[in-house]
Amino acid sequence: MSGRTLYDKLIDAHVVRRLDDDGLVLLYVDRTVLNEYTSPQAFAGLRAAGRKVWNPSAALMVVDHVNPTAARRTRQMPDADAARQVDYFADNARDFGIEYLDILDPRQGIEHVVAPEQGLVMPGMVIAAGDSHTTAYGAFGALGYGIGTSDIEHYLATSTVRYRRLKTMRIVVTGRPALGVTSKDIVMEIIRRIGADGASGYAVEFAGPAVSEMSVEGRIVMSIMIVEAGARGVVIAPDHKVLDYLKGRPRAPKGEMWDRAAKAWLQLRSDTDAHFDREMTIDAGDVAPLVTWGTSPDQAIAVTDSVPDPESNAAADSKTAATRALAYMGLTPGTPIQSVPIDLAFIGSCTNSRIEDLRDAARVFRGRQVASGVRAIVVPGSTQVRAQAEAEGIARILIDAGVEWRQSGCSMCLAMNDDILAPGQRSASSTNRNFEGRQGPGARTHLMSPAMVAAAAVTGRITDVRELIEGDLP
Amino acid sequence: MTPFHSVSGVAAPMMTPNIDTDVIMPKMFLKGVDRSGLGEGAFNLLRFRAGGPNPDFVLNRHGYRDACFLVVGENFGCGSSREHAVWGLQQLGIRALIGTSFAGIFGDNCANNGLLTISLDAATVGTLAGIVASPASNRLTIDLEPQTIRIDGGSTIPFPIEPARKEAFLTGRDAISSTLVLADDIRAFEARHRADNPWF
Ligand code: SF4
Repeated sequence: MSGRTLYDKLIDAHVVRRLDDDGLVLLYVDRTVLNEYTSPQAFAGLRAAGRKVWNPSAALMVVDHVNPTAARRTRQMPDADAARQVDYFADNARDFGIEYLDILDPRQGIEHVVAPEQGLVMPGMVIAAGDSHTTAYGAFGALGYGIGTSDIEHYLATSTVRYRRLKTMRIVVTGRPALGVTSKDIVMEIIRRIGADGASGYAVEFAGPAVSEMSVEGRIVMSIMIVEAGARGVVIAPDHKVLDYLKGRPRAPKGEMWDRAAKAWLQLRSDTDAHFDREMTIDAGDVAPLVTWGTSPDQAIAVTDSVPDPESNAAADSKTAATRALAYMGLTPGTPIQSVPIDLAFIGSCTNSRIEDLRDAARVFRGRQVASGVRAIVVPGSTQVRAQAEAEGIARILIDAGVEWRQSGCSMCLAMNDDILAPGQRSASSTNRNFEGRQGPGARTHLMSPAMVAAAAVTGRITDVRELIEGDLP
Repeated sequence: MTPFHSVSGVAAPMMTPNIDTDVIMPKMFLKGVDRSGLGEGAFNLLRFRAGGPNPDFVLNRHGYRDACFLVVGENFGCGSSREHAVWGLQQLGIRALIGTSFAGIFGDNCANNGLLTISLDAATVGTLAGIVASPASNRLTIDLEPQTIRIDGGSTIPFPIEPARKEAFLTGRDAISSTLVLADDIRAFEARHRADNPWF
């Protein structure tokens, strides 16, 4: 009998009982984090049925999707719909006894930035939450995955979710990324190779020397973004970097309990003879800074390339999709992507808004100016990240370069607040989705790393960041 | 949720791959605290242009306005976890989706609300899309008990479905009530789990 994968071990350790002979189980879920827009109907369901939350202390509620990110903000939401959602959210926190971080709380931020900051996430846990990018927690050796509102309600009422076991896929990353190539580029390269449904039905384990070399924040980027290939869960074996990240966090264990936990966590890994349903290896040394040209995250090219010709697609459906994407994006095949001008540069989202992302961006912005006619916005992932960036002098560099330095939230990642593009406007964006209308009806989004966004901001067009930073370094 | 036994009606083809939940339910419609008003939101940016119906969108075309089935391209429902996408499709009158593959969270959301997703091989889906592309042959009947799609005046296509899921659709049962029957199992598990991981 072959060994077990880390994913299998996490599932096995959380099965309350089997529900059929086909892999359907009742899965115990250790934690959740709730936001104001996917949770209201779940709480309404609990209220209607007169049910309680099974374990209120396992949850955390944080406002992130609908709030404005203007430099000064107030507890009151400016628009009536957002106000109603946030008020109902606060009522639910109070009535069901769940810890709640409101918009003025110094711990507020995007849920997937805040949960690890607060130590809510620990290796070995299963975490399900009402947001597809809950896979973020894979970076800590916790199985995170996204659920819809009905399953949020199910979780809240029972601390469990009905769950069907996934197939497993190991993605091994070897080699060393070149200067200017980030974890965002590596994961975008994986997505472009396997396609927007290439990991559909799989739990992905990232492994290999380049993953070990990567910071915890870099691993979070990979864990979040691989959702755009359809992954429904991510795990990465925890190591000392993960322990260093978690130690001393508010909800992390302390003292002797920490020592015991840390010892157990370092044992969490796939057996050497574990079988994966699918394996893939990628050499980080082969990856260039990437940019999307279309309306699906797998429609990406190296920044040195030109917009592809839809005719080069073999399948008729892909050809139609590519033609349609180019029409939406207002691009002509054969255009060098570096000649495409932008209107807006956005750095933010749970994918790329942590301190390392802001440091990367500041390195490009230092001593440069945002190009005229371009608007550049940086929205830190949490109020804590914002404070740290201010303490490190990053905020100063950004402001001096002409960047708008904002409060935290999801902001232009999905444009549910007032940060929204006008029809036809084009953005360079450090976010995770370039879907039609995502940043506003008719808005055109090019996904890339934060450093690449900064490069586009200062030149006014999509730009190979390597040309800017090579001279800056010793 | 409403049980699903036998449903007859019009099917519309929508074969673009990777139709995401931002397209199915744009963000402007996500600001409610209940499930109302989402029928207007469904495919809103495709259905409407400059204030009026977009004549090019399939559900605005003659013979497709009452569609209750969609024949869709691969990876339908990818992206955001927003269940509003499923509620909106249902409020638009959609009862079942037929395609090659559905994104994970979206598929679960459909199942939790009684919106049937049927996965078939690409060739069969392509053929079916071709047939329903003509309003003269776009009426289907889906029978869950025998697991068949019958094309009016034409052939019958069998489809697979997991037994547990089929049972849930046929009975329309509430998953939370079923799980709460197992509350003692959950409590026993929880005690063991905390002993194994006292730091959680
Ligand atoms: S930043 Fe974007 S992807 Fe992340 S939780 Fe917010 S809306 Fe979702």
